[in-house]
Amino acid sequence: MSKHSIHIEIIDEYFEFSLADLCQCCGVQAEAIIDMVEEGLLTPVGTSPSNWRFTGTAQRKVEITLHLQRDLRINLPGAALALELMEEIDMLRSKLQIKG
Amino acid sequence: MEYKDYYKIMGIKRDATQNEIKRAYRKLARKYHPDVSKISDAEERFKEVGEAYEVLKDPEKRAAYDQLGSNWQQGQDFQPPPGWQDGFEFSGGGYTEANSAHFSDFFEDLFGRAGGAEFQQARGRHFQMKGEDHHAKVGVSLEDAYHGARRAITLKMPEVDTTGHLVTHDRKLNVKIPKGVTQGQRIRLRGQGGPGVGDAPAGDLYLEIDLLPHPIYTVDGRDVYVDLPVTPWEAALGEKVSIPTLGGKVEMKIPVGSQSGSKLRLKGRGLPGKKKGDQFVVIKIETPEAKTEEQKELYRRMQKEMNFNPRHRLGV
Repeated sequence: MSKHSIHIEIIDEYFEFSLADLCQCCGVQAEAIIDMVEEGLLTPVGTSPSNWRFTGTAQRKVEITLHLQRDLRINLPGAALALELMEEIDMLRSKLQIKG
Repeated sequence: MEYKDYYKIMGIKRDATQNEIKRAYRKLARKYHPDVSKISDAEERFKEVGEAYEVLKDPEKRAAYDQLGSNWQQGQDFQPPPGWQDGFEFSGGGYTEANSAHFSDFFEDLFGRAGGAEFQQARGRHFQMKGEDHHAKVGVSLEDAYHGARRAITLKMPEVDTTGHLVTHDRKLNVKIPKGVTQGQRIRLRGQGGPGVGDAPAGDLYLEIDLLPHPIYTVDGRDVYVDLPVTPWEAALGEKVSIPTLGGKVEMKIPVGSQSGSKLRLKGRGLPGKKKGDQFVVIKIETPEAKTEEQKELYRRMQKEMNFNPRHRLGV
């Protein structure tokens, strides 16, 4: 068992990524992220790429988009639509679970 | 080593055309894609289908695979016959978009590994590359999500050994689950992923929280829901009752005239966080069974005195 302390970060809606951070942790070029922002798939706070701030949830969105593009040959508008529908399905599933 | 029936995995006949194979793959890839599918073993199925497609879409590999014969059964113990691939030219090449690192021993024994030569070459040039990020799901009870917990987890870590072969070993980590984690949330453990190549840093380990189903609570984000059974007189007259919350019991007044489905909010009693969740208490009126003659008489008296038709909105 590892004894040394492990640095933990919670990647949630309060976590902030810069454009460079997001590129690094998703292994993509800035152009790919800029395309996703232009498609409305990601909505950073800030006026220009140099001061954009993304929440932790952006990382998952980028990864899913890259997977859908690679595995299912979906283009960016298609991936954006798939993500919106997946979010809606998750929300409806959650409501169904609450209604029991 | 187990035999893989790639035709069975893809749900196609052995004489399927290349177009049928492509169509079957695309359909199954959508069905089992781990980011889309809610099937519990979707990731395994997706990898299996990817491997099957890697072989069947390539006429050379397919012909070689077909040469093994059709008498093998999925899962049957298997060793490739000596010299079985004579005359074919695919070993170590021709890999496409599929992630060959996830292919089975069966595949590797038949067709070799992709990327091995390139990897060795890269090492020889003092190649530097940050280690791979690793991802794992960790099941967390709602109580642990509320209070935080320490969790011992064992990860299967793939590594390329000195001969260029992929091997896995168990790695145990004692991880702190911070309080207030929610469904699907990620925790990043810096430097705990795959080792870097050359002097480059190790990758990160991402743990994705999977909240386990709870016998009494359901969760939506940080909000917690609980059904509260109440008697008809508690609902009609109002009453102070005990409510379970993740932080312990609290007293709450049921408002006079509550109905089944009425939702009461206990502010800040949901999952903790920068913005605390609430707990919602959903009233469920339960009607006691009339067992004795006196109890039945009580219902008859109510019938007479209440003059109540719950179906009046239905026009009946």
